[in-house]
Amino acid sequence: MAALSVARMSCGLLNGFRTSFRSLTPLKHGAVATAILHTSLHPDCRRYSVSHLSVKERIDKKRAAALVGGGQQRIDAQHKRGKLTARERVELLLDPESFVETDMFVEHRCSDFGMEQDRNKFPGDSVVTGHGRINGRLVYVFSQVQCLTILQLCYSVAKIYKLRITCVIFPSFCFSQDFTVFGGSLSGAHAQKICKIMDQAMTVGAPVIGLNDSGGARIQEGVESLAGYADIFLRNVLASGVVPQISLIMGPCAGGAVYSPALTDFTFMVKDTSYLFITGPDVVKSVTNEDVTQEELGGAKTHTTVSGVAHRAFEDDVEALLNMREFFNFLPLSNQDPAPIRECHDSSNRLVHSLDTIVPFETTKAYDMLDIIQAIVDESDFFEIMPNYAKNIVVGFARMNGRTVGIVGNQPKVASGCLDINSSVKGARFVRFCDAFNIPIITFVDVPGFLPGTAQEYGGIIRHGAKLLYAFAEATVPKITIITRKAYGGAYDVMSSKHLRGDMNYAWPTAEVAVMGAKGAVQIIFRGKENQAEAEAEYVEKFANPFPAAVRGFVDDIIEPATTRKKICRDLEVLASKKQSNPWKKHANIPL
Amino acid sequence: MQSASSMDTQRAVCSLSSKAAAVSIVLSMLMTGDASTVLKVLESILHSSPDAVQDNAPAHYSTVSSPSEKTFDKILIANRGEIACRVIKTCRKMGIQTVAVHSDVDSSAVHVKMADEAVCVGPAPTNKSYLNMDAIMEAVRATGAQAVHPGYGFLSENKEFAKRLAAENVAFIGPDTHAIMAMGDKIESKLIAKAAQVNTIPGFDGVVKTAEEAVTISQEIGYPVMIKASAGGGGKGMRIAWNDDETREGFRFSSQEAASSFGDDRLLIEKFIDNPRHIEIQVLADKHGNALWLNERECSIQRRNQKVVEEAPSTFLDPETRRAMGEQAVQLARAVQYSSAGTVEFLVDSKKNFYFLEMNTRLQVEHPITECITGLDLVEQMIRVAKGYTLKYKQEDIPINGWAIESRVYAEDPYKSFGLPSIGRLSQYQEPLNLSNVRVDSGIQEGSDISIYYDPMISKLVTYGATRAEALAKMEDALDNYVIRGVTHNIPLLREIITHPRFISGDITTNFLPEVYPEGFKGLQLGADTRRELLASAAALHITAQLRSQRLLGNLRVSNAPVELSRWELVVELEEGSHSVVVTKSGNVYTVEADGGQVEVSGEWNLASPLLPLSINGTQRMLQCLSRDASGKIVLQYLGTSFKVRVLSKLAAELNSYMPEKVPEDTSSILRSPMPGTVVAVSVKPGDEVAEGQEICVIEAMKMQNSLTAARQAKVKSVHCKAGETVGEGDLLVELE
Repeated sequence: MAALSVARMSCGLLNGFRTSFRSLTPLKHGAVATAILHTSLHPDCRRYSVSHLSVKERIDKKRAAALVGGGQQRIDAQHKRGKLTARERVELLLDPESFVETDMFVEHRCSDFGMEQDRNKFPGDSVVTGHGRINGRLVYVFSQVQCLTILQLCYSVAKIYKLRITCVIFPSFCFSQDFTVFGGSLSGAHAQKICKIMDQAMTVGAPVIGLNDSGGARIQEGVESLAGYADIFLRNVLASGVVPQISLIMGPCAGGAVYSPALTDFTFMVKDTSYLFITGPDVVKSVTNEDVTQEELGGAKTHTTVSGVAHRAFEDDVEALLNMREFFNFLPLSNQDPAPIRECHDSSNRLVHSLDTIVPFETTKAYDMLDIIQAIVDESDFFEIMPNYAKNIVVGFARMNGRTVGIVGNQPKVASGCLDINSSVKGARFVRFCDAFNIPIITFVDVPGFLPGTAQEYGGIIRHGAKLLYAFAEATVPKITIITRKAYGGAYDVMSSKHLRGDMNYAWPTAEVAVMGAKGAVQIIFRGKENQAEAEAEYVEKFANPFPAAVRGFVDDIIEPATTRKKICRDLEVLASKKQSNPWKKHANIPL
Repeated sequence: MQSASSMDTQRAVCSLSSKAAAVSIVLSMLMTGDASTVLKVLESILHSSPDAVQDNAPAHYSTVSSPSEKTFDKILIANRGEIACRVIKTCRKMGIQTVAVHSDVDSSAVHVKMADEAVCVGPAPTNKSYLNMDAIMEAVRATGAQAVHPGYGFLSENKEFAKRLAAENVAFIGPDTHAIMAMGDKIESKLIAKAAQVNTIPGFDGVVKTAEEAVTISQEIGYPVMIKASAGGGGKGMRIAWNDDETREGFRFSSQEAASSFGDDRLLIEKFIDNPRHIEIQVLADKHGNALWLNERECSIQRRNQKVVEEAPSTFLDPETRRAMGEQAVQLARAVQYSSAGTVEFLVDSKKNFYFLEMNTRLQVEHPITECITGLDLVEQMIRVAKGYTLKYKQEDIPINGWAIESRVYAEDPYKSFGLPSIGRLSQYQEPLNLSNVRVDSGIQEGSDISIYYDPMISKLVTYGATRAEALAKMEDALDNYVIRGVTHNIPLLREIITHPRFISGDITTNFLPEVYPEGFKGLQLGADTRRELLASAAALHITAQLRSQRLLGNLRVSNAPVELSRWELVVELEEGSHSVVVTKSGNVYTVEADGGQVEVSGEWNLASPLLPLSINGTQRMLQCLSRDASGKIVLQYLGTSFKVRVLSKLAAELNSYMPEKVPEDTSSILRSPMPGTVVAVSVKPGDEVAEGQEICVIEAMKMQNSLTAARQAKVKSVHCKAGETVGEGDLLVELE
């Protein structure tokens, strides 16, 4: 691994090194040699050799050119669209003056379609890469420069998928495009820059944040661009679970480009200016004859409410970047680090009296699980993940006595807090992230069961529900569970129960741990018998309380709701040194 | 005078927030050898032990009941909220068992927890629970309560209820039925008052048949006149006429309303008092013909004829007027053989002429201020009187000690016609009981719901001082220290009122609010200095949070490189304006240059606390941080009003200027079913006005009832579902206009 990284770094320093599939093979040194040879033949070099400028002047000139990116005009255009430039984004995301840029002098190496002309070359080649600090903590960043218009996207996308619509798209693309606007599209050099910082992030053990604003593959480069994608994908996969990877989609991101964000841990979007789709509306129209706008097809709203592709959306670039800073602070730098502990002003002994009355007396009445979460965590500061998707489960990050924790909670307010396909997948992915990065998981349980129905069964609730079960079961981080009310049936087992190695399992006095609700149970047990109401009352008396679970040790204690925060904080102190490992395996086989 | 002086001592003791201090007073009294007082005081300390449910500081009344004087064993309180809690407190002090009644939604309410027993008397709507006489009578029988305290509102002035209790030999803690009856009718009460030689407003009361008759009467009285339905309470349906035309119009409306709302078409036409003050006299009478007046309460600050801020005594009354009013009030009480506590309301004009308005035959909402200045526990007195004891005091025993102010803290939005109800859950709630001389009467606690079913009053905040200025200063402090989260509240308005120069000078009338805020209440208007203070506080808070974000604990594998700055250039957005701000920090002190001035801000900077005690240029200020988010938005409550600010670094502000303004999408007018299920209930019909957060319908899914609420205040356009119907996810249920 180290050898590979070193090789990659040295390669990366060479302007014009051609990224190829071979560069990922262990035969690194040979590749370097070829690269050097190749570089010396590069057309650029010839131009440099006839230049009247001194090297110093040339450096300054290039640097200046890189700093303005596509030129002042294009910066203005970007602002007009309500977007920031790649450099502005990096500046706002990172601590002042902490950004250390790499590969400012990289240029693309394409020589077809007139791309080799000087006016089509920009130092930095449409992506800004480097590392910096967020609240003093190390992070690697890449920020893609500007975007192409959607027609070009479609074209590139069409190419990737070898759809036979190239001819349809191409003419309009010719008319509407300024050919010099290829910023943001992915060239070999562009990909190589990203790969370089990802490799570095892996060796150092620091997160990678990608600010995506990409036009897809650079058509002019052909397969080299596709190779670039694959290089990034591979690194996304290798880095998965090693360092946190965050994607912030700040412009169109289509075709192959979407798979990099999809492989990262979190994908955030900017409302109204960012899109994610495999194929754009025009292709959709020509293939499936569906009329759909960009926004409907792949806008922030679609992906945060319908598809579940993105984890959260923000109003604009500034808000998104400032929120990234906040979000970053919850995360450890890598899987070698414990969950970070920030200075905390909220007393860990604070009693939360409002919780004593939060669960309604009527078991059929809803309440808001977010009220419980916000009341318990430090400073009511809860960074919710996927707040608008599968709302029957709530997941997100918070802190307990300063320490980052992952919170999972059933939401009785939405669909009674039942588990269905979407909520299971949402919960499972979150739990796995927490487990991968040593973040303790606190689970609030009020679950009536899995959602019945053909839609769910046909959709595969069995295998999707199994994901959440799997995720909780394999997690070895500290797991604390609080049953606030219902914990029925298989869903009780799933929700970080004692049986799945829950470290501390608490029940509130309102908890009911049972196979099912009283009515259903009585109908089965006393089928056809009279006195159903009486039987129901007996069932309630026997099972609609925390005792059956408590006497068996399935819950460790029945606690007053007001003391929940205090208990969790103390448990986390104790569990900080928890060591648990799963049997050796190449990797586990989660039911995907 | 002995009793009065011992009352003083006891009040002093009770106003101390710590028992230790009280004990030291007792010790000092032991030295002086005032044994009987010492005993009484010791008793009061014992009885004022913080109760298990709500650890309230002792209230500012203190008459110690003598254990030898047996009253009742068990009292049922036919009310809810703060007044039920208030009554229970005195019952506990007197060693009386208490029974609470409650509706189903109130089953975990504070009054229910405080009472020894609780009985559910029906579902949420008041006419099915707290007004449900059958259920309450049943509760009385089931619990064996010997007496019922009705509080105020609900059944407190219901003669039928009093009669039914009498029939079952249960004491009604209030006046006798005939007094309730006599004073319950506006016209009749005025006749009785006239006969008892109480000043009444010149006017006509009775059936007015035609508009012309109304005009003739009005001319006789002399304009301006006021017309209203005789049976309507308070100022409901009151119309002012300044000429014949307006009289005709007023007649038409009022007679219609009288017939439709009250089924009683009698009208009241009387002289309209310009610039009036609403001043009322508390009376206390026993069943043996003794009656006292316990001084006045100034209740002129009203909105829509509901009181907002009250004080006792009034700045306006001289001792002669006070005596004259008090004596007339007592005359009236005697005339109807009044017993128990009651209130005679007067209108007082600018020349200190006073006119009888009406008599409230119950304990008044604002009774605590009278308790503060007289030291009497009115509830205790009511209980004693109901048992048949004679009053212990003489008129000359009734003191005016100091000054008391009451602010009614409501869950309502003061920016909408001085207060439209809001509802919600009190996610955070802290009463300012850490301050001395503050009494808070409330029936809610952190986590309570303010629902649409009941009065949106959160509490009565009472402050007390030796002088009015002292009480007012304390009120400012108390309002600033009052933490209420989860519902919109009227503290901005209360604080503006009590700091308004006209209020401070005592120049108030019942028209105070419309006169002072003709355009409606807009919150605190920032001046140059206050704006600078606010900017500085926000900037300093922002920097504090920024710096804290860098402070990570524990061993770090990758060393941290925090930004070590001591000078920041920020831009603070406040009320449409952008202000460049430069902050420098040394220790806990921030020096902020803003708007061409310099402000020094220091404090503890606890980012978890809802309260933000700051010292701004040497002045102590209690700000509250209502919210703070990652994108620099901070909501600060400053001098009562909450202000939204956004603090950005200079860079972020510059970049932010490129961001497009977003118009929020309006999805609030359509309500769709969030899940498949069965419609259990539809609470609205087309044409209904719904408030934000009000329940529109209930959907049952997975045996869970989900209440769907209005996202904003609106009129219902159409309803597409009915109870019992099955709906799918995303089905249109209700459209709002």
